[in-house]
Amino acid sequence: MADLSIDFAGIKSPNPFWLASAPPTNTGYQVQRAFEAGWGGAVWKTLGEPVINTSARFAAVHFGGQRVAGFNNIELITDRPLEVNLKEIYETKRRFPDHTIIASLMVEPKREKWHEIVKRVEAIGVDGLELNFGCPHGMAERGMGAASGQQPDLVQAQTAWVKEVATTPVIVKLTPNITDITVVARHAVKGGADAISLINTINSLAGVDIHSWNTIPNVGGQGAHGGYCGPAVKPIALSMVAECARDREVGVPISGIGGISTWQDVVEFMLMGSTGIQVCTAVMHHGFRIVEEMIDGLNHYLDEKGLASVTELIGKSVPRYSNWGDLDLNYQVVARINEENCINCNKCHIACEDASHQCIDMLTNAEGKAILQVREEDCVGCNLCSIVCPADGAIDMIALEGGAAPMSWNQRSRIISGVNGSYSEAEVG
Amino acid sequence: MEQSSPLTTFTPELFMRNFAEAEPGLTRKGAIEESNRCLYCYDAPCIQACPTSINIPSFIKRIATDNLRGAAQTIMDANPVGASCARVCPTEELCEGACVLNGTSAPIEIGLLQRYATDWAIRSGLQLFQAGESNGKKVAVIGGGPAGLSAARELAREGFQVVIYEAKPLAGGLDTHGIVSFRLPQDISLWEVEQVERLGVEIRTGMKVGLDISIEELKAGYDAIVLAAGMGYVPPLGIEGEKLSGVYDAIELVETTKTGIPTLELMGQRVAVIGAGNTAIDAATCSVRLGAANVKMIYRRTRGEMTAYDFEYEFAKQEGVEFNWLTLPKRIVGDELGNVAALECVRMELSGEAGPDGRPSPVPVAGSEFLLPVDAVVVAIGQKRRMDLIEALGLKHKRGVVEIDPATGRTSDPQIYAAGDIVFGAGTGEAMVVSAAQQGKDAAYAIVKQWSGRQDGIVGSAV
Repeated sequence: MADLSIDFAGIKSPNPFWLASAPPTNTGYQVQRAFEAGWGGAVWKTLGEPVINTSARFAAVHFGGQRVAGFNNIELITDRPLEVNLKEIYETKRRFPDHTIIASLMVEPKREKWHEIVKRVEAIGVDGLELNFGCPHGMAERGMGAASGQQPDLVQAQTAWVKEVATTPVIVKLTPNITDITVVARHAVKGGADAISLINTINSLAGVDIHSWNTIPNVGGQGAHGGYCGPAVKPIALSMVAECARDREVGVPISGIGGISTWQDVVEFMLMGSTGIQVCTAVMHHGFRIVEEMIDGLNHYLDEKGLASVTELIGKSVPRYSNWGDLDLNYQVVARINEENCINCNKCHIACEDASHQCIDMLTNAEGKAILQVREEDCVGCNLCSIVCPADGAIDMIALEGGAAPMSWNQRSRIISGVNGSYSEAEVG
Repeated sequence: MEQSSPLTTFTPELFMRNFAEAEPGLTRKGAIEESNRCLYCYDAPCIQACPTSINIPSFIKRIATDNLRGAAQTIMDANPVGASCARVCPTEELCEGACVLNGTSAPIEIGLLQRYATDWAIRSGLQLFQAGESNGKKVAVIGGGPAGLSAARELAREGFQVVIYEAKPLAGGLDTHGIVSFRLPQDISLWEVEQVERLGVEIRTGMKVGLDISIEELKAGYDAIVLAAGMGYVPPLGIEGEKLSGVYDAIELVETTKTGIPTLELMGQRVAVIGAGNTAIDAATCSVRLGAANVKMIYRRTRGEMTAYDFEYEFAKQEGVEFNWLTLPKRIVGDELGNVAALECVRMELSGEAGPDGRPSPVPVAGSEFLLPVDAVVVAIGQKRRMDLIEALGLKHKRGVVEIDPATGRTSDPQIYAAGDIVFGAGTGEAMVVSAAQQGKDAAYAIVKQWSGRQDGIVGSAV
């Protein structure tokens, strides 16, 4: 059995599975239940001036008959007094000394406010601090959360204020509601952040009720934007984690957050540079027990891969993530359909016909059986057919050997510029 | 279902319970889950396997996206008896059998989804289609079963004035009268009839062509005639004892259970059903649910040759029906009061030589006669042909099967088209409601083409 423990910016944790600062970490009762279930750490629901929450608060996006593809909330930070939270943090830490408890903090962007809360929280004993610069709703209107997280200089300044007094590692939680997340990440590091966590939720409106014409959710007939999370946001989160992981100016450990629901998601986030991960929506959907399957799956995966420690995954795929302009334009894959696995739903044909390059033919073979065949000379290797194919092993994307030597757009441009004297680096997306 | 109840009389409560639809419909959640499983194939094999070419992936996608009206319209547009077919189609041999998920996971429950959508339409009370603008042409349809209703509906949508002549007091044909209520409740079929009537089609019930209206009158009064009179009751076995009290016609037996509590008494009786087609199975399960103590099916061939669908056979076995293969009835034995007392049978064996229909011929085993003590005999050996009507219309036929041009349904009389069981030949499998519906549509399109001068009848194109 592989070693699942991690050291996250100096914070020891029995495993990489932390609960994100969110409704599941609202109370000592919940966090203790979570630790009993197997979670290695918890980021306590954000502490600050207690708020009044609305009813209703949550909504979800269901897709194709599956519930909670995405999740939306307009809940704010803790609605309980700081003393109550601190008492429960203390009790929880005493009961679970080896588990990780991080205090999420959010106060007005004032130096003395940050100093005050950091001192009070560290006094009762936490393993680290997470600065919530990400909450996209409610707190932003008060100049907190995403409002400060969207201003790199404010992130840097507030991080620096915290670092002036903090004795435990400081994690800055980033908002995705920004053009380039690495800018804010770099400023957090400049302010002294020991680590970053991302992503917070994405601005969202879960839906509109097509019968009542109300927003979803609605509070007495009125709605407001909320924060989006859950499986649907994973690709967005993963790309932002990857961008930070490969940015040399960031260079601090990353706690990956965003739609993580399975052990496979955990592996992906760690391969893409996360040292640990945080989960919320999966617990909202299934309860704390979901961690059992995540731990078990991760264990078997690590054993199968012959890895002694989960930390061996960290960042292994980051070097494989670069800019479009550096991709080999001469690399060529083509689709190949395996007749024995094909179930003749013809989805590849119509997808290629209507949305790609019209190179999958519906034919009849010598025995009179309907078959699908790729005209490889016209196939651009887009992957669409293999994406829509519902049958296991029916379509392979095959790399063609013996093409031209590798040549990226940037290499090509450099060569052309050698001829005509002009050149610009492409990061075409 | 109560079979060996201590009751000795067949109460209305027992009837209601035993003849209520046996298979539950899908719940909303079940329908959403199942519809979302559909791959939405392109050029889908299920459509090709449906004789009426219902755009199945389309109606299923409409269910998945909470558009039940659209789903019902897609179904009923292609198949005017789509609600009945949702229940009686041999789906595992048609759409579901063609589903690409066979062998991969499990085929989509197309029949149940079709029922879910059409049940919604029935409850909604909506009229799904509109009559076309009148073109001044008149068509008479003989027979208000699936083929006749389908022809009438498509003609009405194209602006024809249509009158259906129906011999029975209610239209719908076998869907209304001949399929057991626990598989197809009568109100489903009557809703389909009503949908056709709401297009302005007049249904004159209790009208036998040749008796209540003359052929001449019909031919003079209409521009075209669609003959969709189906088939008749069960022909005689040709053995001794058929007139005894306690000998029943399978179709009549089922029919008596469709319009209320039947007067015939099978409670506690030992019943022998002769035949092994779907009607024989219906008669057998019907007998069980009427309280028969024991029901045996008597068939001169084996399981391998029986024409009933597998799901019918399985259903019958679950109902407790026993099967006596390779058994030929020789004589029905009566008691002194003229009631059935026993069925004399002889054992058969397959000769190994194929008969005219390609199936191995059964031959009697000498000296193997035996007496089966029974209280009732139900005969289900096929249906009589409408020979008198066909002859009266002067149509070419082969032993009562009207000859038609398969593409148009046109008979030897250019004014008359034919569809449904009346053109259904022997040895071509089981007559299906869904095929009758398509033949009715085809006849209608041929008439549309004939009278509108159009090259293609386009009604009923996929939505």
